[in-house]
Amino acid sequence: MTTLAPAATRAGSGSSSPARRGASSVPSLLGLAPFAVYLLLFLALPTLIAIGSGFIDDDGRLTFENVAALGDPVIVQTFWNSTWLSLLTAVIGAVVGALACYAMLGLPAGGRMRSLVDAASGVLAQFGGVMLAFAFIATMGLQGVVTLLLRDAFGIDLFAEGAWIYGLPGLILPYIYFQVPLMIITFMPAMSALKPQWAEANLTLGGTPFGFWTKIGLPVLAPSFFASFLLLFANAFSSYATAAALASQGSQIVPLQIRTALTSETVLGRENLAGALALGMILVMAAVMWLYSLVQRRAARWQR
Amino acid sequence: MSAAATRVAGSTSGSSSGATTGYAPGRGIRWLIGILVAGTFAIPIVSMVEFTLRDGEGHSLVHWAALFDPANAQRYQPIWIGLGNSLALSVVTVAIVLFLLAPTMILVNLRFPHLRRMFEFVVLLPISIPAIVLVVGLAPIYLVIGRSLGTGVWTLAFAYGITVLPFAYRSIQASIDATDIRTLAEAARTLGAGWPTVLVRVLAPNLRPGLLAASLISVAVVLGEYTIASLLNRQNLQTALVVVNKQDPYVAVILSLAALAFAFVLLIAIGRAGRTGGRQRRKQSPS
Repeated sequence: MTTLAPAATRAGSGSSSPARRGASSVPSLLGLAPFAVYLLLFLALPTLIAIGSGFIDDDGRLTFENVAALGDPVIVQTFWNSTWLSLLTAVIGAVVGALACYAMLGLPAGGRMRSLVDAASGVLAQFGGVMLAFAFIATMGLQGVVTLLLRDAFGIDLFAEGAWIYGLPGLILPYIYFQVPLMIITFMPAMSALKPQWAEANLTLGGTPFGFWTKIGLPVLAPSFFASFLLLFANAFSSYATAAALASQGSQIVPLQIRTALTSETVLGRENLAGALALGMILVMAAVMWLYSLVQRRAARWQR
Repeated sequence: MSAAATRVAGSTSGSSSGATTGYAPGRGIRWLIGILVAGTFAIPIVSMVEFTLRDGEGHSLVHWAALFDPANAQRYQPIWIGLGNSLALSVVTVAIVLFLLAPTMILVNLRFPHLRRMFEFVVLLPISIPAIVLVVGLAPIYLVIGRSLGTGVWTLAFAYGITVLPFAYRSIQASIDATDIRTLAEAARTLGAGWPTVLVRVLAPNLRPGLLAASLISVAVVLGEYTIASLLNRQNLQTALVVVNKQDPYVAVILSLAALAFAFVLLIAIGRAGRTGGRQRRKQSPS
C-alpha cells in the first residue's frame, strides 16, 4: 500500500499529452480484457456459485433452507471447533513466532542466518498440507518416533485415552507447526522496522532497555502483531489438506464438513449444504480480513 | 498461503537495521530462543528421516532402495503419474503468470495507474477466499470444462493460476516498483520499438528477478496443492501421495522429505533472485 505513492506521483507528472493518451486508451483497455475475462470465469464466477448455491434447492428454486442449516447444532459445533482451533494455534504461533523474531533482531537482513531462516520459514509455512500430516504421523502416530521413545524410555503412553492424534486435538500441533513460520515471515518486517535511533534516544534520555520495550517497542509493534495474528487465524481457519489427510474420525471442522457435503451429497438431510457452509466461511474470512485491513493501516504508520 | 506473498513484500521493504542496537537481545538469549525453536521444529523432520530408515529390526536404506527398484514400478506408478501431472500443471500455471498476469500488470502500471489500487485489491482476494470455498464453485464449472475441453489434468491450471495470483502479484509488483518502466517503455517507443518488442526485449529483462520469483513461488504452490485436485477428482503429486501412503507409508514419507528439500532449494533461489533485484535498485537510485 505504501509503495503506491511514488508511482502515482510519477504517473501524474507523465509527459505524454492528454490527447495522445486518450487516443490510445481504447486499444489499451482491450489489453485488459483477457485477464478480466479470466478473473471473471475462475474467481468471480466460482465465488458467486459457491455462495449462490446455498440459496438454491435441488430443483433450482430459491430457498433459505440451507442457510438456515447454519443454525443447526451440528454445524454450529463445527464452526466453533474451527474457531477455537484457529484461535488457539494463532495465539501460540504468534507468541512463539514473535519471540523467534526478537531473537533475530539485529542480525543483518541480507546475512546468511537471516536468509536461511527466511527460506526455512517459507518452506515450513507452505508445508501445511498432506506432507505435514505424514510428518506428524511419523512423529506422534501410533508407531511414531516420539510415541515409541516416550513408551520405551519413560513408560508414558501418549494414547492411553485413545488415538487423539487422528481427531480434533491431533490437529493442534501440526497447525502450530505451520503457524510459527508464518508468524516469522509476516512479523519480521515490522520487527526490523524498529529504528535504532529510538533505542538511542531512549538511552540518551535516561531510559532503560526494559523501558524501551514497555514504552516504545511493544506499543509500536502491537498493531503489526495483531495484524499478523489475524492472518494466522485466517490461515488456520481456511486450511484443509492437513486435516483431510490426518483426521479420520468424522468432520469436526468446517472445511471437512464441506468435503462431506460435496462428496456424499446429503448432510443433515439437506442438499447444497456445501454452498451454505462456504457462505459461512466467507463471512468469517471477510470479517477477519476487514479487521486486518483496519489494523494494518494503523500498523503501516510506523513502517515508512 | 499468504506466507510467500508477505515474505516477498517483506524482503523488498525490509530495512537492514544495524547490528549494534540497544534493544537487540543478548547473545545468550538469542541462542537460547534459537536453539529451542529450531530444535522443536527439527523433531518432525528428524522423525520422518528415522521413520524411512526403519526395516523392522534396525535401520537401513531398504525403503529408499525400494523406491527405485524396477520390481516395484507398478506399485509406485501413481506417484510418477502424479508427479508428471503436477509438473505439467506447474508449466501451464507459470505460463498463465508470465503471459497473462505480467503483461496485464505492466499495462495497468503504464496506462491505468489510477486502477492500481483496485487491481491490487482484486488480485489479493484469493488470500481471503479459502481453496475449499473456491472448490464448491469450481465443481460445476469444471463439469462444463470437462465437456468442452476434456477431462485432462492440465485444465486445473486455470484454478491454480487464481490461487498463485497474490504471491505472483507481489513478486512482480516489487520488481515493477524498483524499475522505472514508464521511462524505459517511452524510450523504446521513441526509438521505434513496437509493443511486443517493448514487452519482451525491454521490460521483461528488467523485471527478471520479479518474474523469476513469481514463477518459482507458483511452482512451489502447485507442487503442494491438494484441496482442489482431490475434490475435483484429478490426480496430482499430493493426491498420489495420499493413495500410496495407504499401502506404503514409508515411500510417502520419503517423497515428502524430497519435496521439502526441493521447496527449500526453490526458496533459497527466490531469495537470491530477490537480492539481485535489490542490488539493481541500489545501483539505479543515485542517477
